Amino acid sequence: MAQLSPAQRDAYWAKTSRLMWIIMGWWVFFSFLIPAFAVQLNTITIAGFPLGFYMAAQGSLISYVVLCFWNASAQNKIDQEFGVAED
Amino acid sequence: MGMQTSKSFVDNLPKIYGGYAGGFLGFVILLAILEQMGVPNKIIGYCFVFLTIGVYAYIGILSRTSVLSEYYVAGRVVPPFFNGMATGADWMSAASFISMAGGLYLGGYGALGYVLGWTGGYVLVGVLLAPYLRKFGQFTVPDFLGVRYEGNAARICGVIVLFSASFTYIVAQTFGIGIITSRFLGIPFEVALFVGLLGILVCSMLGGMRAVTWTQVAQYIILIIAYLTPVIWLSTKLYGFPIPELTYGQALNDIADLEKKLGIVKPHIAAYVDAKGQFSWVEFNNFWALTLTLMIGTASLPHILMRYFTTPNVRDARTSVGWSIFFIFLLYFTAPAYAAFAKREVYANVIGQQISQLPAWVQNWSQVGGLLTIKDGNGDGILQLSEFIINQDIIVLSMPEIAGLPYVISGLVAAGGLAAALSTADGLLLAIANALSHDVYYKLIDPKASTVRRLVVARVLLVGVAIIGAAVASTRPAGIIQMVAWAFSLAAAGLFAPLVLGIWWKRTTATGAIVGMMSGFLVCVFYLVGTRYFDMPLWFGIRNISSALFGLPVAFIVTWAVSLMTQAPSKEMQDFVDSIRTPKGELAWLKGQAHE
Repeated sequence: MAQLSPAQRDAYWAKTSRLMWIIMGWWVFFSFLIPAFAVQLNTITIAGFPLGFYMAAQGSLISYVVLCFWNASAQNKIDQEFGVAED
Repeated sequence: MGMQTSKSFVDNLPKIYGGYAGGFLGFVILLAILEQMGVPNKIIGYCFVFLTIGVYAYIGILSRTSVLSEYYVAGRVVPPFFNGMATGADWMSAASFISMAGGLYLGGYGALGYVLGWTGGYVLVGVLLAPYLRKFGQFTVPDFLGVRYEGNAARICGVIVLFSASFTYIVAQTFGIGIITSRFLGIPFEVALFVGLLGILVCSMLGGMRAVTWTQVAQYIILIIAYLTPVIWLSTKLYGFPIPELTYGQALNDIADLEKKLGIVKPHIAAYVDAKGQFSWVEFNNFWALTLTLMIGTASLPHILMRYFTTPNVRDARTSVGWSIFFIFLLYFTAPAYAAFAKREVYANVIGQQISQLPAWVQNWSQVGGLLTIKDGNGDGILQLSEFIINQDIIVLSMPEIAGLPYVISGLVAAGGLAAALSTADGLLLAIANALSHDVYYKLIDPKASTVRRLVVARVLLVGVAIIGAAVASTRPAGIIQMVAWAFSLAAAGLFAPLVLGIWWKRTTATGAIVGMMSGFLVCVFYLVGTRYFDMPLWFGIRNISSALFGLPVAFIVTWAVSLMTQAPSKEMQDFVDSIRTPKGELAWLKGQAHE
């Protein structure tokens, strides 16, 4: 294991866990909360797309791509902050 | 490429695959010219099938190896971008490529659960699992269970779940390969299956994961070109704009108008409605249950997780998940456009028309057995909605003709479908054979086996599993094709809890994990088998495709409860978990654990 003291290690994992919960929160939002209101959102139409349909067909998918890249870069920053990033 | 992947090869990847993609486009154009010169369709179909399989075989042979880490994890040199493409091909099966758009055509909003479910799981992979499994850095998923839960009991449980989830899946892929090959070569299904089997083995046998990785990248390029071309063309033709994902909003509008005209009570875009068009809680609950099951299943399927064992480091594993979902997204966000364009075409130009004057594509496909049926029930010479029955596979297959494209594009689509099926079959085959050769043979039966012997055993098992898979597929087992969807539930209920808790909760004990994973898995199997074969009533109306909904909480709760009842993991094990959580540094192996 890297040169972290137990206190540093706990701080590192606390930050990592916090990021995990934030990303999971957005994941729940786009996967379950938005689809739960599809009926209501479908009353709004943008460029021919009913919004509820659009979100499940495209909007949430775009959010997954963003979430995955965001997670990668945010976790890299945490790694660098604690000096545990790979060379 | 020599025995070990060289740095210059990795550096040249963009050039190699760029040249390959350009060469493939040139090949399509050449065939298009040949078609115009009067070369028959059958020859064009042969060219597509044999040339693409030939290219995969060539890559497979070039990538042969006698080094264990090359065979099992592609030498851990795959850059994130290319691993993303390989994962895309690994992931997208014949079902995604050929059947999903048709499912959306038939199901409307209700089928978007598949689109969400088969993409959102990558967020879980990227956040919860991939970087930590990469740090663990061994060969297979059961490897992780065997080390984290200290012993072969956990390893065997992992292999059992892996095998039951992946084997039904591979039978269905082989079946799909047989169907595509037989349709485009005009040869009997059993012979086509044999051709497909050769196509699978030639990619994987000599080079294992290394060969499968580089062929999967090649297969991804073909499948995405094949999927996007017809629908981009049709979008340009209908709405003058080449981005179908933006223009199909207008098609949805047209569909809504046509639905009113035709008196259809279940609109395409309506969420959570039953067949009568009324809101239904059963549909609502099944939608989120399906989404959740498919997502967690994605994050538990070993042939996907093992792709992240192949990146150079932990950081690249994370980025690689981003590229994977991006490349998968390109196909999945296009599928609803296929469905909308096809539905618009059917409602506007097929339903309500004189049967004698239907568009050419309808007439052509109605002559192919079973895909499209027209039956003038009331004998009035006009086609009613209820007189028009289509198989969901036809949406993608007939799109080139709906768009008025030449036959060469149909050949391209067949090559894409074949690439999708072959790449997934290869990934699954490797996941199963590696678990048997590494986890069962090497770890349990003969831990002293030499490298040469291990590679021989790995290859014999690979061929054996492939032949058994093809033999089962040759019996056309309808039951197994339906069981594919089960793979997600089985993997989710059996593997997700022990993997995630093993990393994120140090207190998880070996006994807790083993009891938990087996109870989750068995609850899931009980529900699947009970509802499918023994007329057991559905629980809360949840269809058995989502049976992980019951297995998952059982797995988590039992693991949690039993872990707290048993003695906490040793200090050494806790240090080991810490070392998995930190990207840098050596793993803190426990004493006496064999590893490489």
